[in-house]
Amino acid sequence: MSKSRTIYDKIWDDHLVNTNDDGTSLIYIDRHLVHEVTSPQAFEGLRMTKRKVRCPEKTLAVVDHNVPTTDRKNGIEDEESRIQVEALEKNCKEFGVEYFNELDIRQGIVHVVGPEQGFTLPGTTIMCGDSHTSTHGAFGALAMGIGTSEVEHILATQTLIQRKAKNFRVNVGGTAPDGVTAKDIILSIIGEIGAGGGTGSVIEYTGKAISDLSMEGRMTVCNMSIEGGARAGLIGPDEKTFSYIKDRPRSPKGDDFDRAVDYWNALNSDKDAYFDRDVYLDAAALPPVVTWGTSPEDVVSINGEVPDPEGIDDEIRKETKKSALEYMDLKPGTKIKDIELDVIFIGSCTNGRIEDLREVAKVVEGHHVNENLNAMIVPGSGLVKEQAINEGLDKIFMAAGFEWREPGCSMCLAMNPDKLLPGQRCASTSNRNFEGRQGFRGRTHLVSPAMAAAAAIAGRFVDVRDFVK
Amino acid sequence: MEKFKNITAVAAPLPEVNVDTDKIIPKQYLKTIERTGLGKGLFSELRYNDDGTENEDFVLNKSQYRNAKILVAGDNFGCGSSREHAPWALLDYGIKVVISTSFADIFYNNCFKNGMLPIVLDETEVSLLMEETERGSNATLTVDLESQEITTSDGNKINFKIDKFLKHCLLNGLDDIALTLEKNSEIRSYEDKIKSQRPWV
Ligand code: SF4
Repeated sequence: MSKSRTIYDKIWDDHLVNTNDDGTSLIYIDRHLVHEVTSPQAFEGLRMTKRKVRCPEKTLAVVDHNVPTTDRKNGIEDEESRIQVEALEKNCKEFGVEYFNELDIRQGIVHVVGPEQGFTLPGTTIMCGDSHTSTHGAFGALAMGIGTSEVEHILATQTLIQRKAKNFRVNVGGTAPDGVTAKDIILSIIGEIGAGGGTGSVIEYTGKAISDLSMEGRMTVCNMSIEGGARAGLIGPDEKTFSYIKDRPRSPKGDDFDRAVDYWNALNSDKDAYFDRDVYLDAAALPPVVTWGTSPEDVVSINGEVPDPEGIDDEIRKETKKSALEYMDLKPGTKIKDIELDVIFIGSCTNGRIEDLREVAKVVEGHHVNENLNAMIVPGSGLVKEQAINEGLDKIFMAAGFEWREPGCSMCLAMNPDKLLPGQRCASTSNRNFEGRQGFRGRTHLVSPAMAAAAAIAGRFVDVRDFVK
Repeated sequence: MEKFKNITAVAAPLPEVNVDTDKIIPKQYLKTIERTGLGKGLFSELRYNDDGTENEDFVLNKSQYRNAKILVAGDNFGCGSSREHAPWALLDYGIKVVISTSFADIFYNNCFKNGMLPIVLDETEVSLLMEETERGSNATLTVDLESQEITTSDGNKINFKIDKFLKHCLLNGLDDIALTLEKNSEIRSYEDKIKSQRPWV
């Protein structure tokens, strides 16, 4: 194995339990995160086959998708949601898995909780029955979303059957201008490669604009790798990574930490490692962006207009984009800045971390939410909420007229009571603008926290760079 | 898991790119703790009108496609959420084969865990089959996994590729977990190795 390798190659090699002649491999899973929506059938499968959870200590469960973001002391009103939450609690008890319930301060969105607890470590394999598991790749971990059958497979065996994916490098050079954030970078990448562009690949993000990002920013980038179709996203670990991890509840301590850092440093891709595909973006040339359609690939500059699908050659693609415009109730040529909004949603595993909330506070301090819209901020976890309160951000939000909620997935997928009404138009810091994602017939435009904050004040999209001036 | 060998059935067209799993099975159906019964929610936001009646324009509501067991769809089918409820819903409705130019990785994997067959073909082949589906219930497709062949009602044949291991599991209806547990000693020796090499994990 003296050959030059990428970080993905190295993590893969270090987790191989066995490889068949045809390339099908068994890889070991170091960390397994579990939430209430994709796990009940997996635990049921274990019960039916009388199997156990092989490594409960490598498994961590939390409720996030169904929980209401209003006061929870009286339990969950929606019966189906309650049953699902109770099922997780019961399953964790029965199988000996650690579980954060909705009243635990450590509770939050699974992809916020993992890193916060130091459960997420470089060089590990991390799986969760959730496509945004790619988030954890920000630490130089191989982190992938899986289906429920695979959740059961990991619970029972602590391994997964996989074939190796391709190496895809996205190099983002230059310095991102003020007002252009991690969210704008990843949306621009998806706009460039398309929603299926990363299929069959693991993307490694490199370049100055990526290393300039904080850990929170890197998580935003890796989080949306799946929106570009990639199996996972990865960023090589560095000092920022190590100092984020140090002293977290589950992170290695003392000598173990130093030994781990040596190992983590050696994980970075070798200089001449081979990538199956390379894409370059210049961060200096990027504007803040907004999505106009119903796929995260439908990205346009804040200073641009809604594109005209008539120019698309492929018939099926053209028709899809035309029906997206119809769904979004938009006409080609409409200026993005002329689009008025009904709802602002700030939160999700993409942008519900402390740094995101700080960005929002910076923009909205001393302003008030536009009278024509509702604006809501949902912290990614109880600890994020606590930190925001300690920094006084909650006061800024409430003074500006935002609703300040309890942590969870909330209106990112609207499985709890937080939903768009039919026809409502939302600027959202989440990751998916699919039809009905935030509520039946709701319309979603994906943006950065700073852009969502500026839009909340203006009532329509504005360039946050003009706004803060 | 159920075996998949072959199928002869009506194929329905879904000429749309990036059909996401939210569209295949919207979130309100994800609150179940069962695998079954999701067919009623399949494509529900397209399939039903606001008053709960069927939307006549939706392909699966048209009389000629009611018995479709095969879908021919646009690029990047099954993108988005990892929800296995998507293949569960398709299967519960009766769809066993989806044909497209590409599938999102997680959806693709999930199909095989449930005895469903996703088939990747090139653009020309998919458009050819898309045209074929226009003939509605007069045109059935036969999909045979063993020979990796799709046959149209006129006898035209298209070959498809598939991973050997996945094919083997599907043909025999094998349970992944049982297969993996046969390798228990290898898993154990891996765990022992890691305990000394990377004790912090
Ligand atoms: S915040 Fe949204 S994308 Fe993230 S885990 Fe929750 S539902 Fe999924």
